[in-house]
Amino acid sequence: LMTAKSLASKETVNGRCWFYSDDDDGISVYLNRELHAMNTVVAQLQTQFQDYLVSLYQQGFLDNQFTELRKLQDEGTPDFVAEVVSLFFDDCSKLINSMSRSLERPENVDFKQVDSGVHQLKGSSSSVGARRVKNVCISFKECCDVQNREGCLRCLQQVDYEYKMLKTKLQDLFNLEKQIVQAGGAIPQHFPSYTILRPDIRPCLDA
Amino acid sequence: YYYSSMAKDGGVSCLRSSEMLNVGIGGMEPPPLDLDEVHVLAVDDSLVDRIVIERLLRITSCKVTAVDSGWRALEFLGLDNDKASDEFDKLKVDMIITDYCMPGMTGYELLKKIKESSSFRQVPVVIMSSENVLTRIDRCLEEGAEDFLLKPVKLADVKRLRSCLTGDVKLSNGNKRKLPEDSVSVDTSLPPPPLSLTFSTNSSDSSPPLSPVEVFSSPLSSPEDDDDVLTSSPEGSPMSEESPIRRQKMGSPGLD
Repeated sequence: LMTAKSLASKETVNGRCWFYSDDDDGISVYLNRELHAMNTVVAQLQTQFQDYLVSLYQQGFLDNQFTELRKLQDEGTPDFVAEVVSLFFDDCSKLINSMSRSLERPENVDFKQVDSGVHQLKGSSSSVGARRVKNVCISFKECCDVQNREGCLRCLQQVDYEYKMLKTKLQDLFNLEKQIVQAGGAIPQHFPSYTILRPDIRPCLDA
Repeated sequence: YYYSSMAKDGGVSCLRSSEMLNVGIGGMEPPPLDLDEVHVLAVDDSLVDRIVIERLLRITSCKVTAVDSGWRALEFLGLDNDKASDEFDKLKVDMIITDYCMPGMTGYELLKKIKESSSFRQVPVVIMSSENVLTRIDRCLEEGAEDFLLKPVKLADVKRLRSCLTGDVKLSNGNKRKLPEDSVSVDTSLPPPPLSLTFSTNSSDSSPPLSPVEVFSSPLSSPEDDDDVLTSSPEGSPMSEESPIRRQKMGSPGLD
């Protein structure tokens, strides 16, 4: 039973919703409807986000260190994880380029340089929880140790593929995050119990 | 080579009094120096790791100066030449946390230099390493390292370190409560002016030539474990507390 006059208008300023109306009843009905709609949208987005994030762990793209990074993010630093991984991806690109140059000529491979690059890549991938990238680095190091140029080239290609894949996945994740925030919701921080998700993985409690 | 924080909330503080006043950072109003705050010097050649460790430390209420090499660290501490300098007596550093594997000067070499110095030998030094090599750990602890952390460093690790540093616990009414003699002594007669400073860094312009990263053969290192574990508790992973080989701690929370 809202008249045109009492229909409230809505505006989003600085991420917060403001309702304007000259009719108190109109605004409260409108608000209730709006909030309900918003809650539904937010809940859907949050579920989508949660499911996607969990799938990234299940498919082995991410490990526990990514969880640790997320702990360091809060309302005051909402882009922390995105910024750190962005730096990591820049690192990947630079290191892969320089290692590629070192591996270029079969008669003159600088394995020391390649090893240094792999070491750095392994370190930073480990620090952000980029599990697949890190695992390729382990094989990569082994090829380097025995000066296997062919093996190194294969690993180089694989590490390039993996970091780019992860970059795409995380971009999708961060987009979901943005949508949640824009819809007025909070980013889910907690996970369901991991044993339900990955019964094949046991925590490493012993040395 | 000082670090401006991504969080843009005042960033890194450098507590070197003499330099502050000479540098004109246009328009920046430094926050007042809080003598009760713990100041940590973090040393790591990896940009990603520097950012992470800086955030870990700041989230546990430490002021952080992050540098990208052992040389920078020594320079920051005034230990890069043999001249004893008075101004560095006023430099307040409560802990130094350094990566082990760095080009040029390893964390171990940095540790030795710090322990050889008269002004900073009391400062606890923590070593971080991605490799779990017992001989390496032993060597560092023997040289006087306070603790050894296995990378990747987690919030629980830093919280634990932080709780060991609470020699001076700041209470809400501003009173300081000190532990007995074995705490880090803070020179409370420091001059009051604000001493915070933020530089943005170009970490690729380190002055000493870099030598290749040392590669340690590590027959004792544990096989890479598949630890993509989701922690059910958001507050911390209890597992890391239990694992006996993750780190070794020497002594009590206080300093020897």
